[in-house]
Amino acid sequence: MTTLDSKNVLDATTVAITGNEAIAEAMRQIDPDVVCAYPITPQTEIVQVYAQFVADGKVSSEFLTAESEHSAMSAVIGAAAGGVRAMTATSSQGFALMWELLYVAASYRLPIVMTTVNRALSGPINIHCDHSDTMGGRDSGWIQLYGENHQEAYDNCIMAVRIAEHEAVRLPAMGMLDGYVISGAIGPLKMLSDEQVNAFVGLHRPINPLLDAKHPVTVGPFDGLHGFYFEHKVAQNRAMDRALKVIQEVADEYAELSGRQYHLLDPYRLEDAEIAIVVVGSTAGTTRMVVDKLRASGVKAGMVRVRAFRPFPHEAYAEALQHVKVVGVLDRADSFGAQGGPIFLELRAALYDCDPRPQVLPFIYGLGGRDIFPDNIEQAFAVLRKAARSKKRASIERRYLNLRED
Amino acid sequence: MSVEKKATAKKPAPPRKPRAKKLPKPRWDVSDLDTWGPEKHQLGATIPEAGNSVYNETGGWRTLVPEMDPEKCDGCMLCYFYCPDASIIVEDGKAVAVDLAHCKGCGICAKECPTGAIVMKTDEKE
Repeated sequence: MTTLDSKNVLDATTVAITGNEAIAEAMRQIDPDVVCAYPITPQTEIVQVYAQFVADGKVSSEFLTAESEHSAMSAVIGAAAGGVRAMTATSSQGFALMWELLYVAASYRLPIVMTTVNRALSGPINIHCDHSDTMGGRDSGWIQLYGENHQEAYDNCIMAVRIAEHEAVRLPAMGMLDGYVISGAIGPLKMLSDEQVNAFVGLHRPINPLLDAKHPVTVGPFDGLHGFYFEHKVAQNRAMDRALKVIQEVADEYAELSGRQYHLLDPYRLEDAEIAIVVVGSTAGTTRMVVDKLRASGVKAGMVRVRAFRPFPHEAYAEALQHVKVVGVLDRADSFGAQGGPIFLELRAALYDCDPRPQVLPFIYGLGGRDIFPDNIEQAFAVLRKAARSKKRASIERRYLNLRED
Repeated sequence: MSVEKKATAKKPAPPRKPRAKKLPKPRWDVSDLDTWGPEKHQLGATIPEAGNSVYNETGGWRTLVPEMDPEKCDGCMLCYFYCPDASIIVEDGKAVAVDLAHCKGCGICAKECPTGAIVMKTDEKE
């Protein structure tokens, strides 16, 4: 029989739900003015459940069905520019098909909220979880919040509305959850009441809305032959910088409402750690378990889970990890030809100014949904332990976890 | 026909006086735009005011220019409605000239004109 510790006690407000249903429920409670989405595995259930809410009259959203994700993103861009709250959801190839519009949404400074259920990008064609879709969109100008489990996927979806629409930010925001591992699996979710969510997200306040006939504006004009693109890009980046503070403020306010406190990053048993793993998404739960096991045997192991990847809180990572001897970064996406995966590159740069400087080693795992077991994470920790004991700095070649070797 | 055309050929009508001079100062003052840093621009490059193209010359990249023959014009106004830059100048019910500050020389007016009163000519810039 399973025993539950006090913080995980299930009560009457806890529901058993898939990750996709959790997102659809969050969207129902937010009740955005416009939802336009195109179904794609493994996100399909979000669209399906939301369409049912619309059909059942449980939401007031204008629900548009598009012929592609390119059109879905175009429609929410139009809706958001028109002056309403607009949301969508996608995965993998759908995310890739939205590509040019992701940049348009961000540069028009439209506070669209999108959930992306992470799935590998073709090819070979693969429907399982990895982070190559959204990691590829990391420079598109969207805020990226990676959730670990059902609860956080739901919470991030609600918080993303406030972050994106904050007047100091005004950037689109995407919340991620791992395909299948979270999206299709049933897990526990503590939901807020509809009234709580309604009050938390508040009224949408558009800036220069296209549908304000009394104050006509032009959205998306040509920048001119010697225009101001450069200045607009710098303004976008400044908004990203300001988003760091806003993400935390919104999380603090959400904590008062929900009792669940989130931070830009999620450290675990890190205070006196000599070795640590940095990981994103659902693998964090497995890693925590391995950290506990190693700690029980006297190994000073710790972990940081990546939550906000855009903006990347590099100073917070430097502060959290400066005392650690060797950091292993587990990337569930690769950057071909680069020194390592996307999080590795980011983290190694973030720790460059630490003195002494921790070693940062790249690990790649889980591509195309390859399972990751506690043993694999223990292997990664073993590499870190060996490097921590050695007087020489370890090779920074990629290490692959659970790869079928020749 | 060609003789007739020669007889009626005229110099293109002079550019219309910029309409901006007849308009009040724009609400959105961009006169010092070249000095603006990232904070001063509109969010998302939105133009927060309608109709302000009258303050800006947008026809500078034209290679062809429409030439009007008011005697052939029957006042159908097709050119006026088709012009994407609202550049057809109409006087007494006839197309007499184009607003050269905004005409891009696209030729839609000449294409649509049912009486051949508009011919596209190479724009000879000074």
